[in-house]
Amino acid sequence: MKHIINVLVENEFGVLSRIASLFSGRGFNIESLTVAETDDSTISSMTIVTQGADHIIEQITKQLNKLINVIKVVELTESEQMARELVLLKFAVNSGAKRLELLRLVEVYQGRVLELGPRSLIIEMTGERAKVEAALEVLGPFGIKEMSRTGMVALARDSCK
Amino acid sequence: MKKISGAQILLEILQEQGVEVIFGYPGGAVINLYDHLPEYSCRHILVRHEQAAVHAADGYARATGKVGVALVTSGPGATNTVTGLATACMDSIPMVVFTGQVPTPLIGNDAFQEADIVGITRPCTKHNFLVKRVEDLERIVNEAFHIAGSGRPGPVLVDLPKDVIAGMSVKKDAVKPLLKGYNPNYTGHAGQIQRAMKMLFKARRPLFYVGGGAVLADAATELTALACRLNIPVTTTLMGLGAFPEDDYLSLGMLGMHGTYRANMAVTKSDVLLAFGARFDDRVTGRIDKFAADAKIVHVDIDPTSISKNVDVDIPIVGDLLDVLKKMLEVVKDSNEEAERCAAGHDEWLKQIAHWRDLHKLSYEQNDIIKPQFVVEKISELAKGYNPIISTEVGQNQMWAAQFFTFTKPRSWLTSGGLGTMGYGLPAAMGAQVAFPERLVIDIAGDGSIQMNSQELATVVQYNLPVKVVILNNGYLGMVRQWQELFFDKHYSSTQMSHAPDFVKLAEAYGALGLRAEKPEEVEPTLIQAFSHPGPVVVDVVVASEENVYPMVPAGEAISNMLLV
Repeated sequence: MKHIINVLVENEFGVLSRIASLFSGRGFNIESLTVAETDDSTISSMTIVTQGADHIIEQITKQLNKLINVIKVVELTESEQMARELVLLKFAVNSGAKRLELLRLVEVYQGRVLELGPRSLIIEMTGERAKVEAALEVLGPFGIKEMSRTGMVALARDSCK
Repeated sequence: MKKISGAQILLEILQEQGVEVIFGYPGGAVINLYDHLPEYSCRHILVRHEQAAVHAADGYARATGKVGVALVTSGPGATNTVTGLATACMDSIPMVVFTGQVPTPLIGNDAFQEADIVGITRPCTKHNFLVKRVEDLERIVNEAFHIAGSGRPGPVLVDLPKDVIAGMSVKKDAVKPLLKGYNPNYTGHAGQIQRAMKMLFKARRPLFYVGGGAVLADAATELTALACRLNIPVTTTLMGLGAFPEDDYLSLGMLGMHGTYRANMAVTKSDVLLAFGARFDDRVTGRIDKFAADAKIVHVDIDPTSISKNVDVDIPIVGDLLDVLKKMLEVVKDSNEEAERCAAGHDEWLKQIAHWRDLHKLSYEQNDIIKPQFVVEKISELAKGYNPIISTEVGQNQMWAAQFFTFTKPRSWLTSGGLGTMGYGLPAAMGAQVAFPERLVIDIAGDGSIQMNSQELATVVQYNLPVKVVILNNGYLGMVRQWQELFFDKHYSSTQMSHAPDFVKLAEAYGALGLRAEKPEEVEPTLIQAFSHPGPVVVDVVVASEENVYPMVPAGEAISNMLLV
């Protein structure tokens, strides 16, 4: 099962590397990892998406807690969190029917057009994982030229705290 | 307030922290520190290789319980500490290692003697720091000592750029560590302890499985009191040797791959297993699903990551072993009747264990060639009156030392358990001897291992550290040869040490006393001569070349499945 782990860390150099090497050194898997400063500039927040049996997830959270620079670890399954991902997509489509079809589908997925050029366009899409995956599947045949994904960011739902 | 240099600030903090000795090796990046070193009370031991500085600090820490300190220069000086740090990290040994670093403006420039030692040692330290500003030095060094010595102890590295230690700042007094994310839990959960004791009182075949945590927590007295009060047998891991007196009838000796028959059988048949400061290492458990398969398991450890890592545990207790054992003893006091009944209820179990003991004792046959086990037994017998500290190298020498020396006291056994570092024994013995000049410190070595750090004979001679190195010289990398004999059709690929130095002459070349024993009757007088010599001695004991360590559990087998001959 997919698990999302929110980690509050001290905002210091080398912390990301400590987390990454913990995962690689112990053979844990990272599906995505996002990191950014919080409202307190001495603290950063990381969202790590990982997979594994319960005892693996338990080890991951314990090992994260053991790192000196880690302040807090909250591990929840996907359903216990509000999780979103942002993806930017560049398509090489000229004006014409194909482009109109693409724009219509982008609208269905509540995407936004960020740049519209004569030969290409960039769109932005956010949503939960399932929605982003579905959109990619539908939009894929239009020929994605480049793609950039943030990976998940998440907050625990209050009802699950 | 007066400004002083980073070097002086550091040395003042070391003084405040009560550091008595630094094991080190100078170089360009730390020359400012060395310049001020003679002004401070802290003693410096100049080793001959940086790896040995770290092992010596480690041996010092194991023998004393204090935080060991090493100081080396940047680049190669720093990278030479890696094995020592990994050794200490695996065995949870408190230590602070200071490394020089190129000046901050040059970091990342591939400057002369630059190495990213903080990057390199992240996975083999408990924590590490790069000090970027002299103003941060005091806080960071205090944090380093705090982290190294508290919770589950471990090595901490502090990287010191040259401009930071040359820079000027004001030393404040006793800057408290500021660590938001570090707060180890010392207090064992009272409810869990109650549950564990209730389970223990009801057990028919209880067993204590004791690891190095019992030594680190200085909990040997309480542990012994609990075992003796409740009449419960005790087996220790390699790291736990000395936490329970092996001359007590409740002692089963060591368990695991080269454990005693009775210890491994007792684990297999136990119904309640109490693990104290042990981490269910693969060399202890063998095949994991057969390890204590019929037992309910209680696991006491200060490190939550150790619990339920390898085996499922029925009652986990996170806390300091000393605290938990004291609380357990209180429970015993409060439930006197149950405790009485418990203590009286294990006769059958102890009889069964005695039967296993008589069935397969640790044994060897001493004929006209010296057997290594005989040498260790003689050391054990002759050293008894000297309050000895034993260090070992790694391999057969280590296993025979663990099996045939009778350990009765904690902090008198220095061995690289987790990492298995050859070359550990001599520098570790050196560190312990610095701490206890009056005690008899013996490195039980092999002819392979000793050559990995034999340069330290110069150090022990320079400082007149009367370490005794006893080489069990079989002309092989014996443990690998044993595996080759048993599992690779005697294909002795690269394990014969066909050229070794004359160890007696080697000792003499360094200015130490060299002795040799070649016949069984020479062992005792040679050891007596070595132990009564006031300076360092190397004893080259020519032992049977193809002797094996038994019992042996083949890798991946259940520990009840032992090769016995």
